[in-house]
Order: sequence, then C-alpha cells, then structure tokens
Amino acid sequence: MNAPAKIGPPMWLLAEVTYRCPLHCVFCYNPVDFAKHEVELSTDDWLRVLREGRELGAVQCGFSGGEPLLRDDLEILIGEARQLGYYTNLITSGVGLTEARLDAFKAAGLDHIQLSFQDSTKEINDFLTHTRTFDLKQKVGEMIKARGWPMVMNVVIHRLNIDHIGRIIEMADALGAEYLELANAQYYSWALLNRDQLMPSREQLRRAEAVTNEWKEKLAERMRILFVVPDYHEGKPKKCMNGWGNVFLTVTPDGTALPCHTARMLPGLSFPNVRDSSLREIWHESEGFNHYRGTGWMKKPCRDCDHKEEDLGGCRCQAYLLAGDADAADPVCPKSPHHEIVSAALENATNPNRQTQPLIFRDPKESRRLTREAKTPSPTA
Amino acid sequence: MDGTPRLGHGFRFQWEPAQKCHVLLYPEGMIKLNQSGGEILARCDGQRDVAAIVADLEAAFSASGLRGDVEGFLAMAIEKRWLKLETGAKA
Ligand code: SF4
Ligand code: SF4
Repeated sequence: MNAPAKIGPPMWLLAEVTYRCPLHCVFCYNPVDFAKHEVELSTDDWLRVLREGRELGAVQCGFSGGEPLLRDDLEILIGEARQLGYYTNLITSGVGLTEARLDAFKAAGLDHIQLSFQDSTKEINDFLTHTRTFDLKQKVGEMIKARGWPMVMNVVIHRLNIDHIGRIIEMADALGAEYLELANAQYYSWALLNRDQLMPSREQLRRAEAVTNEWKEKLAERMRILFVVPDYHEGKPKKCMNGWGNVFLTVTPDGTALPCHTARMLPGLSFPNVRDSSLREIWHESEGFNHYRGTGWMKKPCRDCDHKEEDLGGCRCQAYLLAGDADAADPVCPKSPHHEIVSAALENATNPNRQTQPLIFRDPKESRRLTREAKTPSPTA
Repeated sequence: MDGTPRLGHGFRFQWEPAQKCHVLLYPEGMIKLNQSGGEILARCDGQRDVAAIVADLEAAFSASGLRGDVEGFLAMAIEKRWLKLETGAKA
C-alpha cells in the first residue's frame, strides 16, 4: 500500500452533529444528497466517538453541521469533550442561540465560538442594510463577548457579496469582532451547482484584496483579518485538508467517518461508520483513510512533479468533480490536462453576457430532487 | 522585566500524552512546547511574578542564572500573545 509508514494522530475531530439547518446557503458544503442521510447518531454514540478521538490523540474538537444548535444534547457533548481535554470549538450561525443556551455552554467549558455568516444573498443584504440579520448578529455577538469568549467571525465571500467587502469588514468591526475570516467560496457540493453565479471575476477579486489590505492596516490594533484566496484564481492547488488522513477526522451526522467533509462523494472508496468500527481502526486501518495518504497513489503529472510533497496533488474531490477522475491532478493546477475547465469557468466569470441559471438553495426538498436526478454524481464541467 | 504573566485570552496550556509534551491550545490550533518552554509556562499561573517564576525554576532544577533565558522566552511569548504581562498592583 502507498500509505506512509508512520501515521501520526489526527489533530482535529470534527463532529458534524446534524445536517439539519434553518438556513439555505447557496454555497453550503454539506453533500448535495444530505437529505438521504437522515438517521443521526445518538448521544451515547457521540460520547463514545469523543472518547475514542481523544484516546487517538485529537486535541481540537469542532462542533458543526448543519446547525449544531439543533441538537439539544449539544451542551452534554461539549461538556464531555472539554472534560476529556479537547479544546472545544462551536461553529454556528447563531440562529436560535439564547442566553440560557450560552450559559449552558459556558458551564460545559466551551472554549471558542465561531459565528458564521450564512445565507449569502439575503442575509448579507440584511446585514449590509442594517436590518434583521445585523441585529441578530449584534445581539449574539454581545452575548458571546459578555461571557468572555473572543468574537470570531467567518464570512463566505463570493460574486454576490465580494464588491461589498469593505462594508462587511466595517460591520464586523462595529460588532466588535476581534478576528474575521473572509473565506472565498470553494466549489464543492452546493457551491459547485451554483458556481457560475458565485465565482467572482479576477478583477473583483483583485479589488477585494486591495480593499481588505487597506482595512487590515487601519484595524491592525483591534481586528485580525484573514482573506482566503480561492484556488481557482490562484492557479495553485492547495494541500487539501492539510493532507489526506493527516490532520482531520470528520464524523458526519449518520456516523460515517471521513478524511474531509466532502470526501463521501468519491466513488469506489468505502468509508467506515463509527457504529461499526472504532476510531482507531478507522484512522489507522481503513481503506478510505489510507487510500490517498502520502504520494504513492499519484499518477502523471503529479508523480513526477517537484511540488508533490508541498500540495499533495491538490484536492481529490475537485479532481473527481472536474476531471471525472479522483486520482488525477487537481484541475486548478496549470499542469493538469484538465486545467482548461478551470480556465473556462474563470473566463466565464469575466464575460458580461454570461448565462446563468437561477441559484439553487440548499434545502431538503432540493436535496431529494437532485439525488433523484443524479443517476451518477455527474462531474460538472 | 516586572509583572505577573498569565495565559493570553483563549489559550489553554496542558500536557498532551499523545504528543508527549506540553502544548498550548488556541482556537483552531496547537503549539507544541519544548521542555523548558513547558516548565516556564506551567508556572505562568497569574499568581507568580517573573522573579518568583525564576526562583521557582532555579530551585526545581538546582540551577542559577536562569533569569535571562526565562525573560527571553517570556518576551517572545508575550509578543505572540500566548501570555499577558500584568504590571502594577498585584491581584
Ligand atoms: S452552509 Fe448554510 S445551509 Fe449549509 S449547514 Fe451551514 S448554515 Fe446551514
Ligand atoms: S502536477 Fe500535481 S503535484 Fe505538481 S503542482 Fe500540479 S497538482 Fe501539485
């Protein structure tokens, strides 16, 4: 097998505790067919997963979803995670967060909350125009700070909001954010379905970066801003998940264990379920986790490339989605024989007469429709 | 250097069996500490001031003249916001 001889411990256990969510983000990273994985792990299953992850050496524990607040045992899980010695992180949109719930999280020992901005079109608009969403985030932000947590915000950036980036930063500052992550949408799952509407042009991106840099300087004393450049525009494959089966172990709502939250789409790879195997077996022995570890699985051009240790050939899901071959070089790489697909998408983002379909919003009904329609999870070019 | 160092906001210090070292945990990351870094940070409890930390380390390791090294580490840790130095009236 091609796996490296020594497999270190995962640093992260990512607990995607539910796919349920009150929001309908057009860039949602949950699988398009999420509605078919409805049966969630029980509290006891999760408690066992937390223990096994800690024994395996994981130190960071992230609770995400869906919207994790929809699990009413969340405080129990956080409490156990903290007790076990994890640094506990909650990633939430804040929708439905109450004072009482936050008090329970505080008592459970929650270390850190990341408030994310979702529902791109509507929510960002509301936010920018100072209505409902701004008020909600402000309220939640105040409740978070009042309990001594830092205020950490994440906003997904794309074509429909990128020109407002200065305003977004300004508002984040008004909310008292100490840390702001501006993450350009990544084109998997729902974002891939909506790629033509979401992908900014090079020019938009360049301007946004310049504006962000000005704000970085201006706010250096009180806010740290991170701008994550999209790999399509950079033409540089990223070391996906910091290496397959290297840092992250994700457990999905139904108990499937994955090296990355989108890996489930890859055909021909089986991923174990925590109901059947221990995390130790999953991490060290399962085919799903070993398959793309290291560089042994590579073919040309990656196999002979000087950068192969640096980027590990980029993202496997992107290779599969765009090139139709999960073993191929990530097509964002200029050396990929499929790079044309990425250039064409970028080209299209600049075309003033581009044609786009209506946005597809993430919800269970759409998910079922798309699952029915996709005989195979068709690579979208 | 005068004052009482304590852990920066959001940092947690602990022994990690899987890494066999002390670590600092913070949102979304981890810093592995070498032995001396671990010994110094273990004493930055918000109670002891710099002089007490140095004295404590010198006693624990039957050494002397550690002040320079300890202050060097503390200055680096403060710059990285692992630690905050509280000066003035002691709590
Ligand atoms: S990205 Fe949006 S729709 Fe998807 S889980 Fe997060 S909040 Fe819900
Ligand atoms: S050919 Fe493969 S290894 Fe080389 S830069 Fe491109 S993706 Fe990375």
